[in-house]
Amino acid sequence: MSRRQFALPQRSGDGPPDDTGCTILHVDMDAFYASASLLARPDLVGTPVIIGAARGRGVVLSATYEARRFGVTSAMPMSRAQRLCPQATVLPPDHELYSRMSSAVMEIFRSVTPVLEPLSLDEAFLDVSGAIRRLGPPATIGQLIRDTVHDEQRVTCSVGVAPSKFVAKLASGLAKPDGMVIVPVDEVVPFVQQLPVGALWGVGERTEEALLRLGLRTVADIAHTPLTTLTRALGDVGGRHLHDLSWGRDPRGVEQEQRERSIGSDETFAHDLDDPALIHRHLLALSERTASRVRKAGLAGRTISIKVRFADFTTITRSRTLREPTDVSREIYETAVGLYDALGLQRARIRLVGVRMDKLLPVEQAPIQARLDEPDHGWRDADRAIDRASARFGSGAVRPASLIPREQSSSRPPGDLS
Amino acid sequence: MKFRVERDVLAEAVTWVARGVPARPSVPVLAGILINADAEGSITLSAFDYEVSARITVPADVQDAGTVLVLGRLLSDISRNLPAKPVEFSTSGNKVDVTCGSSRFSLMQMPEGDFPTLPTAPEASGTIDGGAFTQAVAQVAIAADRGDTLPILTGVRVEIDGDKMTLLATDRYRLAMRELHWNPAATDANQVLLVPGRTLLDTAKSLGTTGSIDLAFGGAAGGDGLVGFEAGQRRSTTRLLDGEYPKVSSIFPTSSETEVVLATAELVEAVKRVALVAERNTPVRLKFGEGQVTIEAGTGDDAQASEAVEATLTGPDLEIAFNPHFLLDGLGAVGTAYTRISFTQPSRPAVLSGQDEADGDADTSYRYVLMPVRFAS
Repeated sequence: MSRRQFALPQRSGDGPPDDTGCTILHVDMDAFYASASLLARPDLVGTPVIIGAARGRGVVLSATYEARRFGVTSAMPMSRAQRLCPQATVLPPDHELYSRMSSAVMEIFRSVTPVLEPLSLDEAFLDVSGAIRRLGPPATIGQLIRDTVHDEQRVTCSVGVAPSKFVAKLASGLAKPDGMVIVPVDEVVPFVQQLPVGALWGVGERTEEALLRLGLRTVADIAHTPLTTLTRALGDVGGRHLHDLSWGRDPRGVEQEQRERSIGSDETFAHDLDDPALIHRHLLALSERTASRVRKAGLAGRTISIKVRFADFTTITRSRTLREPTDVSREIYETAVGLYDALGLQRARIRLVGVRMDKLLPVEQAPIQARLDEPDHGWRDADRAIDRASARFGSGAVRPASLIPREQSSSRPPGDLS
Repeated sequence: MKFRVERDVLAEAVTWVARGVPARPSVPVLAGILINADAEGSITLSAFDYEVSARITVPADVQDAGTVLVLGRLLSDISRNLPAKPVEFSTSGNKVDVTCGSSRFSLMQMPEGDFPTLPTAPEASGTIDGGAFTQAVAQVAIAADRGDTLPILTGVRVEIDGDKMTLLATDRYRLAMRELHWNPAATDANQVLLVPGRTLLDTAKSLGTTGSIDLAFGGAAGGDGLVGFEAGQRRSTTRLLDGEYPKVSSIFPTSSETEVVLATAELVEAVKRVALVAERNTPVRLKFGEGQVTIEAGTGDDAQASEAVEATLTGPDLEIAFNPHFLLDGLGAVGTAYTRISFTQPSRPAVLSGQDEADGDADTSYRYVLMPVRFAS
């Protein structure tokens, strides 16, 4: 989902766009979570709907276009979204539904081409150069995908058709909702250059500020700025990268089935916490969740990091790289707690903690130097057993005793640890 | 103070003592080397960082007795780079002048009064052959932990039982144990010492392989927490590690299914070559069978290598994977022409020991237990 919407620029050519050589497709589901959730609530179609936890301090996961018209965007704090659009219906997210629909949609993509790079649950790049003889020109393929997704899943998507990933992504953003934009090879440069600098991939608020300070408002301005000026302002890599993009140059190919580079989860507390015992318990829950996702993906990781956000929103991360890759919940938890305790916090008020694993690799490539003193059956086997129980009886069927919610009468509920 | 000393004598003495000079002293005065010139015709150099102390006495032509404290690192650098001529030390004011041939140095004196007293010269609890001790320490210290997860494992466990001495170290992935004999002053000597591994290795190497080494521990070393070493004019003490060493007796496999004898040097060469393609943390795989071992490394996506080495096998064929560095450490430590490796299962530890002849018996005074690498399943 793009951060901002930009107007569709004026086409420079006449007649229907020529899609020769535009073999990269970027397919993005329109307000995916919201559209998916509305399948079960047809009565809400056409009204503003926000997906996210209604209570507490969660953020907006998705919103219908009717709600977006009020300025609601994803990742916005829920409280702010509800102030902007008080009449919106707030629906809780149904992650199982989303992931089921996402795999179905990815399956549709895969039936078009195996050269597929999913970016998240709801968007992917496709390189269709190998499918043209079978299915027709890229624009036809794009339309085919849009039709199939709508027929099979009853949700809409937008497609960008272009010669490179970056232009395709821009095009799909401009096609939204429920549209398709084709950028022919010889229109790439004028197409890109009439956009504002903020539209470029990799230009966030900071970079945009830096560019505006230099008086660069449109991509064309960047394109006609000497490279040395850009590298001085943005660094060697960043400057060169932007300059290339401004001329529509993006050599990156579609990387098939890119494996996840990191897996982790965060939790924003309902109330700021300062009790180390409670924080440890949340770290345990997050470690368990992260580890089970790592195992489910068939991966193991060496670097474990924690994120701590204080009440004043200052955020710090700390990480430690282990000697061996691991997928064992216990090891991840112990490392996370070690990192947390090493911060030496004195009852600081904490708003959010997160646990993340990096340097992931497929578990079959993760050799484990066994220890002389380890038992024949250790935590690794316990994890495997818990995974099997969870697969059968639902997640959380077996969990650390400290994560079993206390009785309702408890004077101090441990918060939502599901 | 004023004395004259041979350049080589000085350089060697300073090198020995510099071991006791900490890289990052907690108190500035610990960065110094104390030089004491004795009117009898000798100088004594000392250094101490509360963990390790080092002291040496060498002959010198002393004109005026006295004591000075100078910056250790500087003295060590200077003495190594001086021309091969007699070196003269003399104090003038708050400086120490060092003259050698036509080169002159003027060093600041440090406040020698603030320098801590070294632990008193230990009285020997027994002696051991320098060569045997140095070899044994080197064989065992490789398995000591270098990390900081369990400080106790950075030590070498020295067990004294009568005239038997057992050195042992482990980092939980491998374990090295060496048994040897020494000459205790009292036949009922019985003691367990945990000596910091790096310091022990360093001390054993510096004490030299010739002659015998006096060991002192317990009350004889001037306190329970110390061990003392003395060879000739070189003396050193080291603070022992505190704590309980983990029980390791159950780690040694009691039986073996497959035994292999190989030429040590051949296997070392082959493992080194094959390991070139093993990326960080990835193992070499060893397949034993049909009178040879095939060593392989690398995965399908990357570079691969394999090499075969002749091996005498008793028992069923076996396939096992090891961290190449750990395997090479063990093979390097056995110190004999042939190595015997005993296995039970691919998931259980292997035991390396040395033997002189291809068809002889293994010398089990040294054993290197190595845990294999396995792949998650």
